[in-house]
Formats: sequence, C-alpha cells, structure tokens
Amino acid sequence: MILEILSGLQVIIGVFLFASGTLGLIRLPDFYCRMHATGKCDTLGALLVLTGLAIYNGFNLVSLKIIFIVAFIFVANPTATHAIGRAALVNHVKPWTKEPSLAGQEEKRG
Amino acid sequence: MNDFFLWMSMILGLLVLVCLYRGVFGPGFLNRIVAVNVIGTKIVVIMTLMGFIYQRVDMFVDISLAYALLNFIGTLTAAKYLERRGML
Repeated sequence: MILEILSGLQVIIGVFLFASGTLGLIRLPDFYCRMHATGKCDTLGALLVLTGLAIYNGFNLVSLKIIFIVAFIFVANPTATHAIGRAALVNHVKPWTKEPSLAGQEEKRG
Repeated sequence: MNDFFLWMSMILGLLVLVCLYRGVFGPGFLNRIVAVNVIGTKIVVIMTLMGFIYQRVDMFVDISLAYALLNFIGTLTAAKYLERRGML
C-alpha cells in the first residue's frame, strides 16, 4: 500500500515535469531557451516516472531493466541536448536578447 | 492502479500532440530536432506504461530500451551532420 502511494506520487510529479517542459517548448521565444527548458525537464520527468514504475513492479529482472533505461536516459539525453546546442553555436545562430538595440551595440563592439 | 496508469498515458499522449506543433511548424531545422528528441523521450515512458496496462511488462521493456537507444543515435547523427556540413 505504501509502495503504491509512493510510486503513484512519483508518476504524478514526473508527468507534471513533462507538462512544464512541453509548456517551455511551446512558449519560450528562442531556440536556446526551448532547449534549456526541455533538456532538464524531460530528463528528470522520465527518471521519476520510470523509477516509480520500477518501485511498483517490485524486485525482479524487469525492474532491473527499467533501472537500466533510467541510467541510459540520464546519460544520453543531456549528451544529445549538448550536441544540438553545439551544432547551433558552430553555425552562428544568434541568441535571443530582450532589447535589440543593445545587442547591436555589443555586436559592433565585439 | 490500472486506471491510473491509463489516465497518465493519456495525458502524456496529449502532451505529444502539443509537442508535434513545434515539430511541424517550428521555424528552422534545429527546433524540429529538439521536438523529435522530446517526443522520443515521451514515447519511451508511454511504452513502459502500456506494458503495465497490458500486463506484459517483460516484452514492452525491451522494445522501450531499443527505442531509447535509436532515439539517442538519431538525434546525435542529425546534430553531427549539421555541425560538419553547415545549416541546411
């Protein structure tokens, strides 16, 4: 009973994190801002949901496989986000700034 | 507990549909790659939840592991191609 409540709570928190990451992907103004929103919220959301499912399943081989998926996502998702950000930075994609005049001055100075 | 998993996977499916807006109308190539990566991570979680709903976790976990690996490799390949060859 306690384990079911714990796993349900973890799944609910993970789905909330997925929803906030999706909100950031839709609403934020720039490519870098969207990547900043999704790169963290998705990793933590998948980690929480899958760990809750592993707790609900109990201690056996399937649970070990779920923990392996969690470890893989925890390593691979930030790596993919870093690779996309590096590809954007190499191709001179300009970050979004609040005041366009100030950005122009900095560009002239640089 | 089964109904709870079903509701959670339905919410995640709606979130995938919302993310698909950025994948279709997103300006440029990089926004689409980010949207595809996000949708892939959500699909992995939905697939494990489906295994719990259908009572066949031992089969669905393997498929979800392979899908996570393919998602990572696809995103990394597209990012490396854009880094070497310039923006399309």
